[in-house]
Amino acid sequence: MAQLLHQLATGLSAGSIYASVALALVMIYRSTGHMNFAQGEMATLSTFIAITLLDRGVPYWATFLITVSVAFAGGALVERILIRPLADAPERLMVTVFLGLFMICNSLGGWLWSYETRAFPSPFDGLRFLDNAYETPHDLGAMAVIVLLMAAIFVFFQYTSTGLAMRGATENPMSSRLVGVAVGRMSALGWGLAAAVGAVAGMMVAPTVFLEPNMMATILVYGFAGALLGGIDNPWGAVAGGFIVGILENILGVYVIGTEMRMSVALVLIVGTLVVRPDGLFGRHKVVRV
Amino acid sequence: MARRIGFTVLLALALIAPFVVSGYRTFELTTIIVDAIALLGLNILMGYNGQISIGHSAFYAIGAYTVAIMTVRFGLPYWIAVPSAGAVCFAAGILFGLPALRLGGSHLALATFALAVAMPQLLKYKLIDPWTGGTLGMSLKKPDVPWDLPLNRDQFLYFICLAVALVMFAVGRNLVGGRIGRAMVAVRDQPIAAAAMGVDTAMVKTKTFGVSALYTGVAGALGAIVAQYVAPDSFTFLLSITFVVGIVIGGAGTISGAIYGAIFIGLVPDFASKISKAAPWALYGACLIVCVYLMPTGIHGVIRLVRAKFMPTTSR
Repeated sequence: MAQLLHQLATGLSAGSIYASVALALVMIYRSTGHMNFAQGEMATLSTFIAITLLDRGVPYWATFLITVSVAFAGGALVERILIRPLADAPERLMVTVFLGLFMICNSLGGWLWSYETRAFPSPFDGLRFLDNAYETPHDLGAMAVIVLLMAAIFVFFQYTSTGLAMRGATENPMSSRLVGVAVGRMSALGWGLAAAVGAVAGMMVAPTVFLEPNMMATILVYGFAGALLGGIDNPWGAVAGGFIVGILENILGVYVIGTEMRMSVALVLIVGTLVVRPDGLFGRHKVVRV
Repeated sequence: MARRIGFTVLLALALIAPFVVSGYRTFELTTIIVDAIALLGLNILMGYNGQISIGHSAFYAIGAYTVAIMTVRFGLPYWIAVPSAGAVCFAAGILFGLPALRLGGSHLALATFALAVAMPQLLKYKLIDPWTGGTLGMSLKKPDVPWDLPLNRDQFLYFICLAVALVMFAVGRNLVGGRIGRAMVAVRDQPIAAAAMGVDTAMVKTKTFGVSALYTGVAGALGAIVAQYVAPDSFTFLLSITFVVGIVIGGAGTISGAIYGAIFIGLVPDFASKISKAAPWALYGACLIVCVYLMPTGIHGVIRLVRAKFMPTTSR
């Protein structure tokens, strides 16, 4: 029983990371209609920026803020420079661009920093009062940060006029433009936010998995599995999906298939969702007019 | 006419090359030929049929492991093992394609992405260790030279790969040039119109996926023999990206694009890796993006443009 609880706790903290990646993926899917295969590598690059700042002696939370802002600007720039000119291009060209972005971010990380695995500090490690039987202080703290982040995003989308404009722009770009919403700026904003969320996920996961250029590769697959399971067009579904994937992966990994086969959980979940319920658990069915 | 001369010259060069260059160069050329087969497979799928696969490393791996298991564990000869690898991959492609193809575009890309990332782990699975050799993989022997041919093993393997490639390119050319090829292109460009014209779009997509996996599987089988070694970590997601780079640079939706692409991915990383370990991959990434914006038809398109400009009469 204790072991099961322990696995559940591990699953939850892994799930919070997957949920944040899934949320970032959904934000990009909703703002530009693409699956961003470079999401994980963009997050890794942000984490590299963070470690450079930390190495220079910048305090942790200042680093955190700077990194998130830089990631936000970078994401918006990528949208403006690479994605928007291809708005009407076929999907295969978009995937090609994402793969290109994936490779560039990945190799920049290796080139400018290094391919060697290195430790990344956690701001929660010294906190005695977080000690408990099931979770490390870092996992608890990271989960808290991510939950706070999600709450902030929820408030932003639900209660601010910019959030409303963003929702409108994804729902019906034409009508939004007619009522004066800058639709292009909204999708840049969506990309920026997604990159910022990714940066937070990167900094929160790096103390656990250690920092190296391919750090986010498997996490991205789990994030995709979560997003798809919850519904790729539904942010809250994707968050729920991320947590479900985290728990499933840990429970199944320990009790059923063995830890070295964990990756196949993601594969089965992705293919299974696509076959059985392509819109995900909480997604909406898309009807296309011919 | 110009095209036929070009092809004859290329073939003649390919036939004398292994007698002129060193053993290592012969090995490199063999790898390029094998890659060309894999790229042709992916190009039939992505270029002609417009379906996205970033998981072809998985089919390459299945082909490689089929040949390794059949020859090493069961002692079967290569001339049985390589076609079997193609058949196994065709079946795998159809099986994976059946569910995945109901979804278009990026959803399929996502499913193949997950397949590519999961493949190395699946190959390391403990229960199949006795066949696959687990993390360590397996060593293969190069085929012996039969009938006292005046060739060494490398040269013999080179000619075998060249012969297989010629057959597969001829078949591929006829496939995309005929009725089926037109159906593929129609499904890519106007799926609804194609369906209205009586094209069974789901069937075309599924079979194209199977054929594409077959080509890549045969390439994987030959690749395993050329490298004399298979191991799970040779078949990562990066291999899939390499294939995509090859067809995008060579020219998507063209037969010769597969050859140009294979030459590119065969030679360029060697030069680039002299700069730094990351340089080939950075270059790949840059090439992908530059190609989409500046030369969407790849090297094939550039060559055709140049030819149309300087040799207007022979351009067609």
